[in-house]
Amino acid sequence: MTAALTVTGLSVRHRRGWALRDCSLSVPAGRVAALVGPNGAGKTTLLHTVTGLLTPHGGTVTVAGDVAFMAQDKPLYDTFTIAETLTFGRRLNPRWDGAYAAGRLAELGIEPERKIKELSGGQQAQVALTLALARRPGLLVLDEPLANLDPLARHDVMRALMGEVAERGTTVLISSHVVADLHDTCDWLVVLNGGRVQVSGDIDDLLAGHLMLSGPDELRPPAGAQVIEESRTGRQVRLLVRGAQVLDPRWNVRQADLDELVLAYLRSPEASALPRLSEVGA
Amino acid sequence: MIEFHLDRRSGVATYLQLVHQVKQALRLGTLRPGDRLPTAREVVEALAINPNTVLKAYRELEREGLVEGRPGLGTFVQRSLGGVRLADQAALRRELDEWVRRARRAGLDRDDMETLFSLAMTDAYRGGAAGEETA
Repeated sequence: MTAALTVTGLSVRHRRGWALRDCSLSVPAGRVAALVGPNGAGKTTLLHTVTGLLTPHGGTVTVAGDVAFMAQDKPLYDTFTIAETLTFGRRLNPRWDGAYAAGRLAELGIEPERKIKELSGGQQAQVALTLALARRPGLLVLDEPLANLDPLARHDVMRALMGEVAERGTTVLISSHVVADLHDTCDWLVVLNGGRVQVSGDIDDLLAGHLMLSGPDELRPPAGAQVIEESRTGRQVRLLVRGAQVLDPRWNVRQADLDELVLAYLRSPEASALPRLSEVGA
Repeated sequence: MIEFHLDRRSGVATYLQLVHQVKQALRLGTLRPGDRLPTAREVVEALAINPNTVLKAYRELEREGLVEGRPGLGTFVQRSLGGVRLADQAALRRELDEWVRRARRAGLDRDDMETLFSLAMTDAYRGGAAGEETA
């Protein structure tokens, strides 16, 4: 597995303290990685460091190929027309596929003479995405691309993004604080909490490696299990465990879903599910 | 050509939903040997899902010998699923209709019946390949 992105020991200090603390993660090429975490977890700081907008105080970022970034506020100039926006993109970027950009916007029915401010939020998101894709990046980084979009526009943006991944094998890193947005689209998960990486790995592997157990509260956690979260109500105990083999038939066992997994880790900041250092690659 | 759809609340893994829909189409004859399945790109641009999910579904269908990927051309149906003869299916359906009528007379509601049915299915396939049809 070749990594499209490798981050090792990354630390960034803000005025009020550490925004990122010793973060290490890697995303294999061709994956669609979800970066999730609560507001203030350091997601945007991490993305800014990955895209080179911010210099870290420690650690390294290695990217295979070019990076394109679509920022949260979709920085487009309101008074520019589409044609002017594309010209601007061509001048700013040495690697620029103008035919692709014009073709894609024509397909979407966004005419060159229209001004950015006349477009709907969904169309503006599509223009911003087109500008990022026209740079033909190896790694596409998107900061909350679905925020402020209606469900139809969200679906349209994700369809476009998935089509791009299918066609070109572009690696994508996409941040969101809404896990539901990333169901079915992402196959790699990074959970960031309080400036630290808590989880990093293949989503199917993570789901297969975690179990949700419920049973009478006198039961002890299965041997060898890492208990991520424990909750008790009345005489019942519920555990989210990692790496367990459950033999006691009194446990009711099922696989955790993605939301449960993410929430359990976020509520237990000291727990982590990270690959061994050798797997991260140097 | 088959058009996929997703039930996001079903709890069934997305790739399995795609596998089931192809099998259903093979059973109904809406997909026949020689037909091409949509490309990964076509599917993801319709459903907004990860391309690897489509490839995983197609690999599973290929493993079962139902479809074949031809490099550069696409994925093609190899054989149909004629596991159940139409006459058998109709007879079973009539018996099931009769069962539902009796259950209603006995005072069972829809949820009761679904629970009974899924219990029977669970028992029938216990230890088997998780409800998967065997050829």
